[in-house]
Amino acid sequence: MNNFFDLKLVELGRWIEAFFADFPSLKLVVHLLLCTLPLALSFMGAFAFTTWLERKGLARIQNRPGPNRVGIFGLLQPIADGIKMLIKEDIVPERSDKLFHFLAPIMLMIPALIGVGFLPLGDGLHALPLDSAIIFFFAISSLNTIAVFMAGWSSRNKYSLLGGMRAVAQMISYEIPLVLSAVAVIMIAGSLNAQEVVASQQISSWVGSGNILQEFFGRILGWNVFKPWGFAGFIFFFVAALAEANRSPFDLPEADSEIIAGHLTEYSGFKYAIFFMGEYISAFAIAGIGVTLFLGGWNGPVFSGLPWFVLKLFSLFAVMIWIRGTLPRLRVDQLMGYAWKFLFPLAILNIFLAGFYHFIERQWGTAIAMLAGWILGFGALQLAATALSRLNQSPIMRSKRVYQLVE
Amino acid sequence: MSPVQTMPPRGYHLSKDELGADILEVAMGPHHPSTHGVFRMDLKLDGETVVDLKPVFGYLHRNHEKIAEDISYPMSMPFTDRLDYLCGMTNNWAYALSAEKLIEIEVPERAEYLRVIVGELTRLVNHCLLIGFFINDLGALGTPLLYALREREKILDLFEVLSGARMMVNYIRFGGVRCDLPEGWLGECQRIVDAFPAFLDEYETLLTENEIIIARAQNVGVVTREEAIDFSLTGPMLRASGVNYDIRKVDRYGIYDRFDFKIPIGGHGDCYDRFMVRMLEMRESVKILKQAIRDLPDGNIMGKAPKIFRPAPGEAYGRIEAPKGELGFYLISDGTPIPYRFKVRPPSFVNLTALRHMCLGHKVADAVIILGSIDIVLGEVDR
Repeated sequence: MNNFFDLKLVELGRWIEAFFADFPSLKLVVHLLLCTLPLALSFMGAFAFTTWLERKGLARIQNRPGPNRVGIFGLLQPIADGIKMLIKEDIVPERSDKLFHFLAPIMLMIPALIGVGFLPLGDGLHALPLDSAIIFFFAISSLNTIAVFMAGWSSRNKYSLLGGMRAVAQMISYEIPLVLSAVAVIMIAGSLNAQEVVASQQISSWVGSGNILQEFFGRILGWNVFKPWGFAGFIFFFVAALAEANRSPFDLPEADSEIIAGHLTEYSGFKYAIFFMGEYISAFAIAGIGVTLFLGGWNGPVFSGLPWFVLKLFSLFAVMIWIRGTLPRLRVDQLMGYAWKFLFPLAILNIFLAGFYHFIERQWGTAIAMLAGWILGFGALQLAATALSRLNQSPIMRSKRVYQLVE
Repeated sequence: MSPVQTMPPRGYHLSKDELGADILEVAMGPHHPSTHGVFRMDLKLDGETVVDLKPVFGYLHRNHEKIAEDISYPMSMPFTDRLDYLCGMTNNWAYALSAEKLIEIEVPERAEYLRVIVGELTRLVNHCLLIGFFINDLGALGTPLLYALREREKILDLFEVLSGARMMVNYIRFGGVRCDLPEGWLGECQRIVDAFPAFLDEYETLLTENEIIIARAQNVGVVTREEAIDFSLTGPMLRASGVNYDIRKVDRYGIYDRFDFKIPIGGHGDCYDRFMVRMLEMRESVKILKQAIRDLPDGNIMGKAPKIFRPAPGEAYGRIEAPKGELGFYLISDGTPIPYRFKVRPPSFVNLTALRHMCLGHKVADAVIILGSIDIVLGEVDR
């Protein structure tokens, strides 16, 4: 496997560490810094780039040019924004709970950065290579609910409070389908270790190997998303991840047309920037775990390693931006109903389907058996989805409306 | 007394009422992203559910009616632009209509046609903006709004060429219109009108079948047929509730009896119907526009209006079907060039009275879209 890029990066790290070989006390510090600092910095850089990407992408969707004043194509816009945020006045409401108002952005930022550490970015590029990395990731990423509620509560603003309430309800509800769709992957991979989950998606078992074409497609079709349960699970995961990351159409905690900016209403200046960055980095983290679980991590045809991971991560984010530019927002009760009455049962069903498909794959493993697995799996999911949406939909919405034109 | 003594006995739970903390009072506005101007809704929320709502307005009160009673009749015309500042043309028209009733001026045919053209263009402008902002209130981050604004901008360019201003047009006069069409205006107008249905098709394919819009807007903010009449709602709001009442058909003011068009009627009276009725109304407006552009005759654009507008003592009420509903001007003359009484019947103010009824029991997010579906402009509500 050609993972030249990752090996070079690891080598570079070793090379730097070698300078400090004679100072055992410093060596550990340097090692830790090498593990964390590039990671944090690169994700902050990615955040800056993504703000530009999002603004530009939304602008093109909306038929306008978007940022184009600072630098070529407005590429330096994030820097200008950063400077603006830094020199802005930091306003804290007089009656707010100042300590928690101050702590909330930090509280959001820290778990987001820790969460990023669990992602296997490439072969050997893994800041926190725990055996239970995935469980840890979900545990850490659910901490940002607390930060959002801290912000909502401490601001002493009713919109903030409403936003905080919404955030808690939403994030806790969507955690369940999120984790349940991951359970299927963990079950099949047989490990909670992120690197092993990635390794389990390296090669498709039934494409075989031999000629170049088989090699090429085998490396793509091995990803979990190209299995029926993986495909369905990826969709559940992605929807839940959107809600978890407060992205449209589930951006209720900061719904601008309803509650102004939700928990962010009373934040200004650099605290707001930190909050913003924290939310983006947790969105990155959750998209990254999606890539790891369903899109084959850093695996890919021709070569594998960090570039594939980055490519997949930004593709997922581009879809998030696309959705943001397209869809209206759900209502609170619809949002909760969607999580509990629709995603939750389907995600549980999906776990059984994963086992079923895995059984077929192990037992027969031929292309026809796989096809049967796909058809049966999707049939079952489609049936369940139709039944659930029938049950949940109110009768008034079932019929298409016809409008009279009278004289 | 020490705090311990005032505490309730162990095992005693405060009920919701005793705690007094289950109702959250939120003053939504006057500076809120989706109150469409400086409007305030004092909401009482139980969780997210609206249990009480008080509309508060007057932040934009400019004393329009009283000022008009101190100046001569024609001098009020530019002020009417500022009532519903999105539809200057129809405001002008309604005022001109009531003044013409007061003094009985004959309006030349060409001027009538021009009035219909600019009036229906105004309807397109208004409805474009409304559906855009309605979807925006639903949370679609600006995309449908900007597409709607793009179409609106084309028509505003036409207005600018015609009258010199995009919105504060001051175009219609007692007895006619201020100026004739510039060179090439009609062709450009024809082109825009012909291209308009394509935009509507695009909008309908993308939005009207959208699952989220249906789930959010259907069965929200219902006004039944009887309630709509009792609230004296007018315009698209009334028609969405299933009442066939359009002043263009009822009064046939101007020359509306010459055009072939239909009135779209909704069946449920909810936000979705209000949205759809406006979508369909735009198609009918396009039909009227095509006919009017085709039939536009040559001739004078001003009738024989007196140099000094001094009506005989009496009263007049002129009303038109403005894009938002029935817009009426009630004038009382005492024989001087200055009106004795000048009263505006603004459609959005009257339609706003149904807001509380529509919002109770719904969620905060619904209150926002219900307000959006009423189509208010605070310049008109507060006057």
